[in-house]
Amino acid sequence: MKSTKILAVATLAAACGFAAPSAKADDLTLCWAAWDPANALVELSKDFEAKSGHKMSFEFVPWPNFADRMLNELNSGGQLCDLMIGDSQWIGGAAENGHYIKLNDFFDKEGITMDDFIPATVTGYSEWPKNTPNYWALPAFGDVVGWTYRKDWFSRPELRAEYKEKYGRELEPPKTLAELKDIAEFFQGREIDGTTVYGAAIYTERGSEGITMGVTNALYNYGFEYENPNKPYDLEGFVNSAGAVEGLEFYKALYDCCTPPGSSDWYMSEDIDAYKSGQVALQMNFAFIWPGVNADANVGGDKSGYFPNPAGPGGHFAQLGGQGISVVSYSDSQDAALEYIKWFAQPEIQAKWWELGGYSALRAVVEDPGFASSQPYAQTFLDSMAIVKDFWAEPAYADLLLAMQKRVHDYVIAGQGTAKEALDGLVQDWTETFEDEGKM
Amino acid sequence: MSGTVMERAANATPPKLARQIKGLSDKTIAWIFVAPTIFLLLAVNIFPLIWTIRLSFTNFRVNRANLETKFVGLRNYERILTDSDIWLTMQATAHFLFWTLFFQVLIGFALAWLINRKFKGNDLWTTIIVLPMMLSPAVVGNFWTFLYQPQIGLFNYAIAFLTGADPSSFSMIGEVSLAPWSIVIVDTWMWTPFVMLICLAGLRSIPDSIYEAAECDRASKWRQFWTITVPMVLPFLMLAVLFRGIENFKMFDLVVQLTGGGPGSTTELTSINLKREAFEKWRTGYASAYAIILFVTVFGLASIYVKALNKVKER
Repeated sequence: MKSTKILAVATLAAACGFAAPSAKADDLTLCWAAWDPANALVELSKDFEAKSGHKMSFEFVPWPNFADRMLNELNSGGQLCDLMIGDSQWIGGAAENGHYIKLNDFFDKEGITMDDFIPATVTGYSEWPKNTPNYWALPAFGDVVGWTYRKDWFSRPELRAEYKEKYGRELEPPKTLAELKDIAEFFQGREIDGTTVYGAAIYTERGSEGITMGVTNALYNYGFEYENPNKPYDLEGFVNSAGAVEGLEFYKALYDCCTPPGSSDWYMSEDIDAYKSGQVALQMNFAFIWPGVNADANVGGDKSGYFPNPAGPGGHFAQLGGQGISVVSYSDSQDAALEYIKWFAQPEIQAKWWELGGYSALRAVVEDPGFASSQPYAQTFLDSMAIVKDFWAEPAYADLLLAMQKRVHDYVIAGQGTAKEALDGLVQDWTETFEDEGKM
Repeated sequence: MSGTVMERAANATPPKLARQIKGLSDKTIAWIFVAPTIFLLLAVNIFPLIWTIRLSFTNFRVNRANLETKFVGLRNYERILTDSDIWLTMQATAHFLFWTLFFQVLIGFALAWLINRKFKGNDLWTTIIVLPMMLSPAVVGNFWTFLYQPQIGLFNYAIAFLTGADPSSFSMIGEVSLAPWSIVIVDTWMWTPFVMLICLAGLRSIPDSIYEAAECDRASKWRQFWTITVPMVLPFLMLAVLFRGIENFKMFDLVVQLTGGGPGSTTELTSINLKREAFEKWRTGYASAYAIILFVTVFGLASIYVKALNKVKER
């Protein structure tokens, strides 16, 4: 009897010993891509650690391997990540396959409302199915493809005069894609300060998502649609419309005429390198790079300017980037992870997030009267976020993405076939995928 | 500490265990020793193979484990064998395989023949030549992308120096006509030393007495080369071709680092394509069928080749 009592007391003591620290302080691991904003988040999270007592660890993977590594982790039910800042296109698969926990009840309980965030980011990063109030993430990092240009080159009187004489307009940030191509052509192969420079660094990468994230900025603005707006998954005549074909031809023409030699497999980091080393006059890239460009010793400050993706004959859009933050359903520390999201959603934390170089999606931050003038690129960010469009976020997004990578790269970079054939082929690939998914 | 090792082992065995072992036949004891290896092979080779064959007849997707897995018969195989894109990757692989083997055998044998001669600094040159194969393929892929850079790459400058062309007028990894050759060049640079070493082993295994006898018979150097050197090195050379052939059929890391399969799909070899199907699109059933087709192809070709190799060795 005595030994039974001792055992019971020991068990209770052991249970308390194990339970107490886990209720008070957890070790949380946040998974994201390895890039500048991730470093800013590490800095920001110190405040959470101090206030909550939880210890934060971070698992950052470079962009080209980010999807492979993290989707492997999620698909295998891995417990590495408690919090995941996953790409916007993963939301459908992560929701349907049970990788993320649904956040509606938590938001209701904590008084977090999606009305407080930029609508495009809520649709892009949080909702599945799209345009329904089912939330799987809190918008964490607003991002969009935009352009950086060499303001110092644009302001040189001799170049301005030459440009005006040749094109009949001032050398200013372009309003249309056609103007953008003219500017890129103007700078291509030009000698500036004794160095040969080129027109534009654009996305051409084959392996992950690069060329798709680039070409869509032309396709959208020439009339490309993912599907019939009135009939889901009806692709024929929308993906391969006459406008879409023209848009794809435009992107190839831009690549052929106005990019640096050897730029056949370039994505974010290669574009940044080309721009910062003074090789190009224009750079296509996600907005996350702008704080780094602004602070750069070679091209920062007044030497660079920013403008949204220019309009085309079929509309004015830009490719959405960015991510939401989710709680991984396989995590043993879900309560602490939710605590992090609650902390992160606070307006003062979001304001600090923007100060550190993170693009907050909270309206209270971006609609603040001082926001537009807070950084040289802030207004461009706002203008760009107003015109975003995103790639498919279906559970089969990887099939859809890889098919597009192949079709577009084959045409734009390898010069195989015609734009019409490439987009017809894409319709065929996507139709097959949706048939396999039972959606057609 | 007296007695033989066997006696000491027998003495050290606990009497109970010794009595148990005493009752076992030699065959049983042999099986006991071999069983762990057989179990391990079954677990890590045979079971996954059978499981892959099973999956190849289904629509299973590892990222959608909650969906019902359906038996689809031969549909996956039919789709693969009728997919023109997959035939293009096969063509790219065949091009890569043929030309890498051709150059590696040619240059590897020539280097071995030169190194086999006695000269000052022989060992130093051998060490220098084998350096590339000691590097990681990922590292090699990475630094060759720099060498191939049209604006700063040494390779382009070397070609420009020799031909007078503008270094930035061509891009080895960015042009459809050059990219397949860019991966052939790098693989040849990296793995020719391996072929050279095997050929060198072959050359050094030829007894000097055979050449001395040929000299006595007044055979010319050319005749000695074709009637002694080549036939006697041939089995070694064929072995090198077999190793390199199997390795290059599954080439992945080097090419991914260099071209990522591009431009377009020009250098998308079967292993890269298979990886995309299996671990990016997560079409597990389809990718399993793809893997089985590749396995049968390699296994079939290798079997025919090994038979030919044995015939050459028997001569």
